[in-house]
Amino acid sequence: MSDSSLENLPKGWKSVPSDLGSDQTAFKGVQWGKAMMWIFLLSDTFIFSCFLISYMKGRASTVIDWPNTSHVFSLDFMGVPVPLLLIAIMTFVLITSSGTMALAVKYGYEKNKKMCGWFILATAIGGLIFVGMQAFEWSKLIHEGVRPWSNPFGAGQFGSYFFMITGFHGTHVSIGVIFLFIFARKVFRGDFDTGRRGFFTTMKSDYVSIEILGLYWHFVDLVWVFIFAFFYLW
Amino acid sequence: MSENIKIDKNKEKSQTTHKIGIYLWIWGLLFVLSFFSYMVDWYQFQGMLRWSLILFFMFLKAGLIMAFFMHLFWERYTLVNVLLWPMTAIACFVGLMVAEAQYTFFSRLIYFVLGG
Repeated sequence: MSDSSLENLPKGWKSVPSDLGSDQTAFKGVQWGKAMMWIFLLSDTFIFSCFLISYMKGRASTVIDWPNTSHVFSLDFMGVPVPLLLIAIMTFVLITSSGTMALAVKYGYEKNKKMCGWFILATAIGGLIFVGMQAFEWSKLIHEGVRPWSNPFGAGQFGSYFFMITGFHGTHVSIGVIFLFIFARKVFRGDFDTGRRGFFTTMKSDYVSIEILGLYWHFVDLVWVFIFAFFYLW
Repeated sequence: MSENIKIDKNKEKSQTTHKIGIYLWIWGLLFVLSFFSYMVDWYQFQGMLRWSLILFFMFLKAGLIMAFFMHLFWERYTLVNVLLWPMTAIACFVGLMVAEAQYTFFSRLIYFVLGG
């Protein structure tokens, strides 16, 4: 953020009471859109937490054995079943796309239009690959007879939690991919250099939007870290 | 005066854009940590060792993403505090639901398995 007056404000813990009690903006040096994105992500954190906590409660309270996830999610590779192979690849794809997004934000702030646009495009393609693999995983499990109410591997609750949690996460990825493509177009068109007004908001474009988009995308990756740990590995 | 402004501008620049190296480092670390958490399943560690390793790698990855990719490390403390304190409410909720799950589990054992 370009606000050199920030330098004169208190730093560290002293900045908290002084920023909050300043009778002005509480989040100094944070563009309002970025603050709003953070607050949205906080509420999204609560939604995903509720899902994962209800999954914990369901799994901990069933008297029937939980399906063995490394067996359920194994994939045959050259005739040998490899546990969690697809999930591991999905994890690496999502981390890769998170890395390209971080670089896109960096090049955005450097006003490097070309690099920023290409890295956003790479991120979008990573997201597409992820959603594609998730669709493959869903159809495979549905073919094997996994339903929200029952499955051949163990406790019946498995399916409902699986479809709910990964489905909600996949929806987030899909929405992110749509916005990544829209922003790649805006970057290549030079909206952020000319300050062209947005079609929907009619506000001047600014490279801070790339960081806001990045926050959303990193959050999607962050949620996957928790889903990977609790749902697939636990 | 003009010198001061110049210094300020330089500091700003170092605040908003960071050297590419830090992103590549975090990126690499995330890959390595993901690989390790996959190895937890590969070698079929069980019990406490499995759970503590999963949680360790998970929190490390989440922390790296939030601190560096989401720039929280460089944000002012007000924003960081507003974002992180609500997480304690989630921790409380987890604690409540663990107790609830145990209660449900034991009543199911008594009524379904032992038959009342």
